[in-house]
Amino acid sequence: MPEHADERLRRRFITPEGVDLGLVLASAGERAAAFAIDAAIITATFLLATILLLVIGAWFGGNTGQIAIILWLLGLFVARNGYFILFEMGPRGATPGKRRSGLRVVARNGGRLTGDAVIARNLMREIELFLPLSFWFYQAHEGVADAATALFGLGWSGIFLFFPLMNRDRLRVGDLLAGTWVVRAPKTELDLDLIRIAARPRRGPAYSFTDAQLDAYGVYELQTLEDVLRANDWATIQTVAEAIRTRIGWQAPGGDSEFLNAYYTALRLRLERNLLFGRRRENKFDRR
Amino acid sequence: MNPFRSPAAPADPAATARRFREAHEADWRRLDELLTLAEKRSLRALDEEELMALPVLYRQALSSLSVARETSLDRALVEYLESLSARAYFFLYGVRTPAGQRLRAFVLHDWPASVRALWRETLVTLLLTVAGVVAAYLLVIHDTSWFYSIIPSELAGGRDPTSSTAALRATLHAEPGGPAADRDGLSIFATFLFTHNASVAIFAFALGFAFGLPSALLIVANGCTLGAFFALFAPRGLGVDLGGWLAIHGTTEIFAILIAGAAGLRIGRAVAFPGPSTRLAAAREAGRISATAMAGVVVMLMVAGLLEGIARQRIDANAARYAIGGGALLLWLAYFYWPRRRPADA
Repeated sequence: MPEHADERLRRRFITPEGVDLGLVLASAGERAAAFAIDAAIITATFLLATILLLVIGAWFGGNTGQIAIILWLLGLFVARNGYFILFEMGPRGATPGKRRSGLRVVARNGGRLTGDAVIARNLMREIELFLPLSFWFYQAHEGVADAATALFGLGWSGIFLFFPLMNRDRLRVGDLLAGTWVVRAPKTELDLDLIRIAARPRRGPAYSFTDAQLDAYGVYELQTLEDVLRANDWATIQTVAEAIRTRIGWQAPGGDSEFLNAYYTALRLRLERNLLFGRRRENKFDRR
Repeated sequence: MNPFRSPAAPADPAATARRFREAHEADWRRLDELLTLAEKRSLRALDEEELMALPVLYRQALSSLSVARETSLDRALVEYLESLSARAYFFLYGVRTPAGQRLRAFVLHDWPASVRALWRETLVTLLLTVAGVVAAYLLVIHDTSWFYSIIPSELAGGRDPTSSTAALRATLHAEPGGPAADRDGLSIFATFLFTHNASVAIFAFALGFAFGLPSALLIVANGCTLGAFFALFAPRGLGVDLGGWLAIHGTTEIFAILIAGAAGLRIGRAVAFPGPSTRLAAAREAGRISATAMAGVVVMLMVAGLLEGIARQRIDANAARYAIGGGALLLWLAYFYWPRRRPADA
């Protein structure tokens, strides 16, 4: 079931050709999910590498052991700072987690995403995440985690954690400094046009609707109906068909699915024809 | 005959939408295929003809999108075209510079330019450090108990006012055959110092977001540490030795920390006093310059870690230590501040 963009998260993004791509910002939930995947990848890789290096170090000892420790220290640094930077500098502009969630990082001004922007947005992660974490680990390790420090750490991370929810553009502090956005960039498949399906030879009664019956709804309802038809869920189709029949006073018999397809086709053709004459009826309350 | 009616499909009102789609669908699918191929592997997976076709197909998709938005109410179609155009846009306008060329531009131009752009803040962090050094020095000279409040015990490592002069000297100069000659540990030590210092420098940068105050505090604290150690060593005639011990890597390391602090201050200044531009735009501008400088700081700290972990433990003579430290400082200064021509395309 396609999940449609919240219009409040849609932003103008004009290409040099002058077309607005209308990018949709990633919601806080999507970003949290993407980060969870990345964090899992980093942690798993790190644990595996640690075990591997421990085994190598213990097995060979001596010089090889030295190299293993050096690799471990450097690996920790790279995992912490390099993972996000290297992936986001790549052609996809996204870490594996973001890619899985269909997100990518873009420059807010519509220009290229430059290396310095990627570095800036990811170095800020250090105080957003690792500073409170390291406080906490240190305190827990020393066994002196008092309530005040814990509270301070919690408040600190809270500010940064919820920062994306406190502004319209869902910016993290790092995004703010780097001039970047995280937007949805899902890879979608081209679906069949429903009219084309409907235009196939159909059996049963021919449907013809009066103008009054087609004036009952606008674009919003049409597209909701499109979603219902594409999802093809029997119970929903039955409910929707019943609601539309009641509203337009449709008496003739016929299957729910057939009726909805026919009504969709007729409604869309009428609304599209009106579009050509410059009349766009947004929804059923739009009476102009 | 009605001139407004299309002769091809006089009775079928759905024909316009269908023909629009039929006319362009093959191009959209081809663009989709090329993008998938190029994203999955690289641009090199495409042959010359496909490369030439990509921008044309992209512009066709954009114009299809514009038409579809105005004339079609098929949401699936509009959303497909939006996502296809966005993918093509990011691919065509994305960063296409090869890594080697980007590295070259960073070393030749971007890095020194970003450090030069931070010169005012660097001067401020230098003054803050000097102030910290002087303050801590005077405090500890007058009352040695200050030493314990300035230096945390794990950093002091047994070097405190109760230590004997000989013990202090031993921390600066390796005895031949002594424990410091244990060479195997050196490279690990160097790596550890590098990662530790780099993290501290990144903090100094990132904390600048809070109006620069934490960055300034970190810089002053760093200066205080230096001053306190000098107050401990200098009265016993070990000032020059401590200087050499610090200088061999310290010129690079302290310079790097100064730049990191300066980057933090720049961000803090942009957030607090954005000037004529908006706060957001000022923060973005400062963030970009500072981030480039920070990438350089990490490189400098890597050099410092190598000097500290390896060179310092093997080179014992004060003169050599000062020569290496001073030489490194001169090189950095010349690299950053030596006037040079701007590249033609910048």
